Amino acid sequence: MQIFTCPFCGPRDETEFHFAAEAGKKRPIPAETVTDDEWAEYLYMNSASRGKAQEVWLHVTCGEFFLMTRDTVTRDVTAVTSLPGRNA
Amino acid sequence: MKRYSAFSLFTEGLRGHRGWTPAWRKATPQPGYDAIIVGGGGHGLATAYYLAKNHGVPRVAVLEKGWIGGGNTGRNTTAIRSNYFYPESVALYDLALRLYEGLSQALNYNIMLSQRGMLIAAHTPTQMEICARIANAMQLNGVDGELIGAEEALQRVPLLNRTADARYNCMGGVWQQRAGIARHDAVAWGYARAASALGVDIIENCTVTDLLIESGKITGVETDKGSIRAERVGLAAAGATPGLASMAGIRLPIHTYALQAFVSEPVKPMLDTVLLYLGTGTYVSQSDKGELVFGGGLDRVPTHGQRGNLPAQEAVVSGLLEMFPAFAQLKLLRQWAGVVDVTPDSSPVIGPAGPEGLFLNCGWGTGGFKAIPAGGWLLAHLLATGGHHEISRPFDLDRFARGRLIDEAAGSGIAH
Repeated sequence: MQIFTCPFCGPRDETEFHFAAEAGKKRPIPAETVTDDEWAEYLYMNSASRGKAQEVWLHVTCGEFFLMTRDTVTRDVTAVTSLPGRNA
Repeated sequence: MKRYSAFSLFTEGLRGHRGWTPAWRKATPQPGYDAIIVGGGGHGLATAYYLAKNHGVPRVAVLEKGWIGGGNTGRNTTAIRSNYFYPESVALYDLALRLYEGLSQALNYNIMLSQRGMLIAAHTPTQMEICARIANAMQLNGVDGELIGAEEALQRVPLLNRTADARYNCMGGVWQQRAGIARHDAVAWGYARAASALGVDIIENCTVTDLLIESGKITGVETDKGSIRAERVGLAAAGATPGLASMAGIRLPIHTYALQAFVSEPVKPMLDTVLLYLGTGTYVSQSDKGELVFGGGLDRVPTHGQRGNLPAQEAVVSGLLEMFPAFAQLKLLRQWAGVVDVTPDSSPVIGPAGPEGLFLNCGWGTGGFKAIPAGGWLLAHLLATGGHHEISRPFDLDRFARGRLIDEAAGSGIAH
């Protein structure tokens, strides 16, 4: 069992968390000018990289979305921060 | 290549088994090939075999960073089935199943295919309706599948939990008679042996470090054993495919997760079908050696580490005990995990990747083993002709921009 840290609640079991998305995606706007390829890239495409990754996670029990920096091979978590603009 | 037969086994037995030779050549990389396949698992080896066999491509290499069949081909629970929902998927997985049915003869290598049948067990009237829908879809798609009731299900799996306090009672489910299991290592070894006999170079311990691209065309790969030229390159590396594709600047609709599997200590025969329980998401079969081979859902943390986490382990094992309380007396023998490449629609990606001459066979997620012959057949077709086989066309990467997803997660109730 791994312990993840919610910026709002503190350390909790991994089962309380849900991976949401890779961080850093920007929704393309305005919608009228967005091509199918750009939209597919935003919706579906990922890096799924080995090693260091920054991801958006959800703490299911409190509803907080936050950023987690971790290693996808060793599973070490190096940083947990609130989303930009969130007053944690 | 020495042909395997009952006769050769008998004569070798008389000679003390001293006449056997290695099943495939250990090759060293040549400077160039007609086609290179990255990934020496079942899909990569099958691709090489069909390139040589179906298309007569003379110079083919398979590059494997570890040992052949050491990734997901050697880590799965060996179930083979084609009980899917959409016509595109059934065409794909049933091609695989049909090829599996003749594979031992085609490869002259016993893959120990056992078509013992598979039951997807339902527990509620709603699940039974979903099962009826899947069985109907299978029949419309020309594949054997039938809806069976509780009585027949319990006849087929008499040990199922039917106590009064069972959380999930079996109401029946979908039965596919042609489904079954096969010896997973033998699939890799059989394809390797047959491909090697046709002149394919199988190069193990060879890591691809870069894809060489000149003016929009693939020209070869860079490896830790030097650069190797080829104008056609196929990627068939499951969870490692996103990393390889990123060398060509390509992003894929893939997340990588660990999928765990387990075997118990061997016991006498007591389960002669493959069983998937919708209620627990646990699936189980019994191997020829008597071990119970079982697995369940994904670990929910994206990873490239080939090991599982405890919460998923607990869910799978407790699911098994709900199905068969008697199994609580068994000891676990081994537990392991493979890194699977999961797409948003739980269907694979087969097709051109971007640079001319670069092709993908990935995104099989948790179901790659059952599809090995089809994945190899179709990637070989792409590499040899440059264009799609009609069965692989719907699985092109372009389906994500066209919005033409083949959502088997919803269609056939894949739990992940």
